Amino acid sequence: MSHPAALQTSDGRPLKVALAHAQRRAKWRAFLLVLPLLAFVILSFIVPIGQMLQRSAYNELFSRNAPTLAQWFEEHPQGAEIDESAYAALVTDLVGMQKAQTAGEAGLRVNFSFPGTISLFKIGAREASKMQAPFKEKMVALNPLWGDARLWASLRSASSPWTADFYIAASDMKRTADGGVERVAPEQRIYIYLFIKTFILSAVITGICLLLAFPIAHLLATLPTAKSNLLMILVLLPFWSSLLVRTTAWIALLQQQGVINDGLVAAGVIADESRVPMIYNQTGTIVVMTHILLPFMVLPLYSVMRGIKPSYARAARSLGATSWTTFRRIYLPQTLPGVVAGSLLVFILAVGYYITPALVGGADGQLISNLISFHMSKSNWSMAAALAAMLLVVVLGLYWLYDRLVGIDQMKLG
Amino acid sequence: MKKTLLVLGAALLASSTLVSVASSAELTVMSWGGAYGEAQNAGHVKPWAAKTGNAAKMVDSDDPAGPIKAQVEAGNVTVDVASLEYAAVIRLCDEGVLEKIDPATIPAGSDGTPAADDFLPGAVTACGISTDVWANVFGYDTTKLTGTVPTTAADFYDTTKFPGKRGLRKGAKGNLEFALMADGVAPADVYALLSTPEGVDRAFKKMDTIKKDVVWWEAGAQPPQLLADGEVVMTTAYNGRLFNAAINEGKPFQIVWDGQTYENEVYAIPKGAPNMEWAKDFIMYATSTEGLRAQAQNISYGPSRKSSMKEKIMFKDGKTEMAPHLPTAPENLKNALLTDSQFWADRDAELNERFNAWLSAN
Repeated sequence: MSHPAALQTSDGRPLKVALAHAQRRAKWRAFLLVLPLLAFVILSFIVPIGQMLQRSAYNELFSRNAPTLAQWFEEHPQGAEIDESAYAALVTDLVGMQKAQTAGEAGLRVNFSFPGTISLFKIGAREASKMQAPFKEKMVALNPLWGDARLWASLRSASSPWTADFYIAASDMKRTADGGVERVAPEQRIYIYLFIKTFILSAVITGICLLLAFPIAHLLATLPTAKSNLLMILVLLPFWSSLLVRTTAWIALLQQQGVINDGLVAAGVIADESRVPMIYNQTGTIVVMTHILLPFMVLPLYSVMRGIKPSYARAARSLGATSWTTFRRIYLPQTLPGVVAGSLLVFILAVGYYITPALVGGADGQLISNLISFHMSKSNWSMAAALAAMLLVVVLGLYWLYDRLVGIDQMKLG
Repeated sequence: MKKTLLVLGAALLASSTLVSVASSAELTVMSWGGAYGEAQNAGHVKPWAAKTGNAAKMVDSDDPAGPIKAQVEAGNVTVDVASLEYAAVIRLCDEGVLEKIDPATIPAGSDGTPAADDFLPGAVTACGISTDVWANVFGYDTTKLTGTVPTTAADFYDTTKFPGKRGLRKGAKGNLEFALMADGVAPADVYALLSTPEGVDRAFKKMDTIKKDVVWWEAGAQPPQLLADGEVVMTTAYNGRLFNAAINEGKPFQIVWDGQTYENEVYAIPKGAPNMEWAKDFIMYATSTEGLRAQAQNISYGPSRKSSMKEKIMFKDGKTEMAPHLPTAPENLKNALLTDSQFWADRDAELNERFNAWLSAN
């Protein structure tokens, strides 16, 4: 490492300082070795999540195009009358938007909380440049919406780039004319319902995975190596094949004209006209996602079970425990780290799944992730970010609860 | 150690510049894949590459609007030309994601008609030029439905006369109009009605009547598959996909031209496209009289220039005449509705939210 001469105290440097110096170099080297990974994690994980969180509460599409109106709102707090000066500010900004061709962009932002404003802004901008004061009557005559108190409440909240609008919308609520919030009409409510449904479905899938994976993992861990290797390949093969291929294969199996229904009809179990709908609904989502996520439960369980010495169980049996007691008090507690790891892994993966529910979920099998992807495709990234941030917070909350109840140090991945 | 790092870094740098050089010397067109992507590839991308001697490739997406927006926002644009839905072009143009196109640079038709008169109304927008007109039609399998066959949108909604599952695209656009027309509303009145809360309620109420019988599809390739599997007795679909399955693959599918919505598909250039000049040249080539004809020889979407229709267009199999299969054919337009893209630009978010909530409610 360091030059041997530096270790000598004869030049007046205490050995301790020289040693610390040498160790600092070693530390730097260690740090440099970790640096690529650190940079990777920061660039690919922390920065994007930060950007997502910022986007969920920051949208300047309207505010950067309406500086005059933003100033008017600043000078006139909530509750002030929307008078001629407000309309004058509006017309000034509309003229600016017409010049910069940004009326559609500004309207798009307001459109997220007040539908129908894109064309309102485009037409408004086109007409505003021809207008003379007084503006109020002319704007309202152009479109009565310009006199709507709720529109002005939306303009006020859009005039500041930092906004809670998207979180309000993601909680099935909307702004009222006086700046408060209220729940949207019952036929528009969806997000809270889907959040709850997503977590319930994920929990069900995790439970089924655990029930199915436990015996498999036990078998894998106790069979002779040659046989268990063969079985292991059977577990891993689907794990390695493409997600889409597996999902489509399930469609061929489960659909009403599919293999299983055909078999049941041929065997005379069901009549041809009463084929069972097993896909394009919630059942389909549960079946396919359970299959896809099963290896994530089997593998941690298997690695933990491999480490459990059979002598413990034998000792329990020799001391007179029944096989059930042995399982419950000796074997099961030792598998807990694997159960915890597998459940957490499967649950968190299930919460974020969207391709599979999109393909086999039909109407009632879609999850909150499908709506996040829907808003991404419709350019409403702020809304998608707000929903994703809420999902993140709830998952972190559950993780914390899990840690308190079970203890995350119990977890073992392999 | 340091040396290795240096070498490694240099290698990385060199390879990344190589990659960027390689990608910038190739025109990238993003489209919808499947039969449609193939048609644009065969009709536009390959001939353009052959004519100019430049490299060009086609990439697929379920809906290019999403990736384009993401690329422009991230400042890392790899696509030069994208094939977009009309409403998406209006929206992305408003957002400043797309390059503006100067209408004066669009060439006249092969018969000398100026571009402004040659194109169908609305086919040229500020940010893009129409590549075809497509329709959201419905079809059935002639071997499964024999005897009385469905001929109207109302038949699609009549589960007593035609029992069995229906396929519909998962989304509000197209479905609300279709439901109203099936409910007896004349095409001309549909958007006026949909602009009122009562009209929207009426459309959802109509969809309620078949909700439990619907299989929802998302990708354009799904509905022909659903029909072929016998999962549904009738399904809406992009007309070109049903045409492709029927003519190209010999499936016994019949299209019903009633109550369909049709609209322009548009080529546009994302802001910051790596090969801007090529992209402009490509769009002018693809939307020329001949370019539009070349695409229509590969899939049954209507050319948006009148001059492209002057001579008979034959399908690539050499024996099918395209005219009766196109959404722009007069006999197919008797009870059809041009999608009001401005309406959807305005109401898309609201109505789709309502649609999603309607879908999840049991």
